[in-house]
Amino acid sequence: MKCGRCRAPAVIEVRRHNAGYCRECFVRHCREQVRRAIDHFHMIEPGERVLVAVSGGKDSLGLWQLLRDLGYDADGLYLGLGIGQYSDTSGRHVRDFAAERDWTLLEIDLVAEYGFDVQDGSLAAKRAPCSACGMSKRHIFNEAATRHGYDVLATGHNLDDEAAVLLGNVLRWETELLGRQHPVLPAAPGFARKVKPLIRLGERELAAYCVLTNIDYIVEECPMAGGNRHLGYKNTLNEIEERSPGTKAAFVFGFLERAHERFMVEIGDARDQLRPCAVCGAPTPADVCAFCRMRARAVGEPLGVRSVS
Amino acid sequence: MRVVLRNPKRELDVPAPRNVGHLLRDLEIVAESVIVIRNDTLATNDERLSDDDVVEIRPVTSGGAS
Repeated sequence: MKCGRCRAPAVIEVRRHNAGYCRECFVRHCREQVRRAIDHFHMIEPGERVLVAVSGGKDSLGLWQLLRDLGYDADGLYLGLGIGQYSDTSGRHVRDFAAERDWTLLEIDLVAEYGFDVQDGSLAAKRAPCSACGMSKRHIFNEAATRHGYDVLATGHNLDDEAAVLLGNVLRWETELLGRQHPVLPAAPGFARKVKPLIRLGERELAAYCVLTNIDYIVEECPMAGGNRHLGYKNTLNEIEERSPGTKAAFVFGFLERAHERFMVEIGDARDQLRPCAVCGAPTPADVCAFCRMRARAVGEPLGVRSVS
Repeated sequence: MRVVLRNPKRELDVPAPRNVGHLLRDLEIVAESVIVIRNDTLATNDERLSDDDVVEIRPVTSGGAS
């Protein structure tokens, strides 16, 4: 197979684009896709400070590299989740990556800072581990971005992630979640702007990008993700994509262009009705936010003990 | 040839099929869900294989719901 751009030998085929790429043209393709996503959805304005949530996986490390290559002022944020050997290894990948490039990395440890790990939170909140983990990440990432004065919080959600979440939301007609599913969540009081610059790249492209640019990411899967519903949706979508290349992109971008706006009415003015959490000060529709309720149950403290630091 | 699989990491010794695409088909692996690495770089589906090759088939699907 030849590179569709320069006719050199190809190293990867992307069937969605009906094209093969050599190393150099593929790296350029990845940068172009991120550039197009940022510009089209107005994700990052010139001069803004970006905080990239990095896990040690291919998507977040690839995103950090791509944003820096495109000239953005982007620092990293790593959250240690207390998942045993997996967290030790993922933290090492992130620290090595940042140190090799002399880039700024902020670190927060869930156990040291908040007194519980993902397993504790999962049991306390009676949520699946991925749900407790996701809630912790959303809360802590936003808190760190606002506290440290970043304009934008960027996450490594890719096309496959968005397609799987969209499929899950459609299968259960989660109309409010469909209204919220967008690659940009605007800033609001207490909220940093949240963006997903990898929405035009599939996770196979991100893995290939990391291999071709020598980014040493953690290949092992999180031990708590086994049996996760979204992994099942991804497998199903990949089987469809194999038979009909381009389906995942058509699904996600068709939704964003032709259907998303119809579900925005479901969100209503929910953000206007938020008030500060009595414990941490983060915006919440309740007296105490869901994260602080989970933390209090996990550590066995009554609500309201932990003051805002 | 030797095939390295991940999550969990394990190895298989199989007769080399004609190319990477045939290898994935023989192992019933969906090509969209993996990258294939030979000699430290990526290999496309039409690349020919020989019995001396060591090939890693690395899954790309990751992450929980958040």
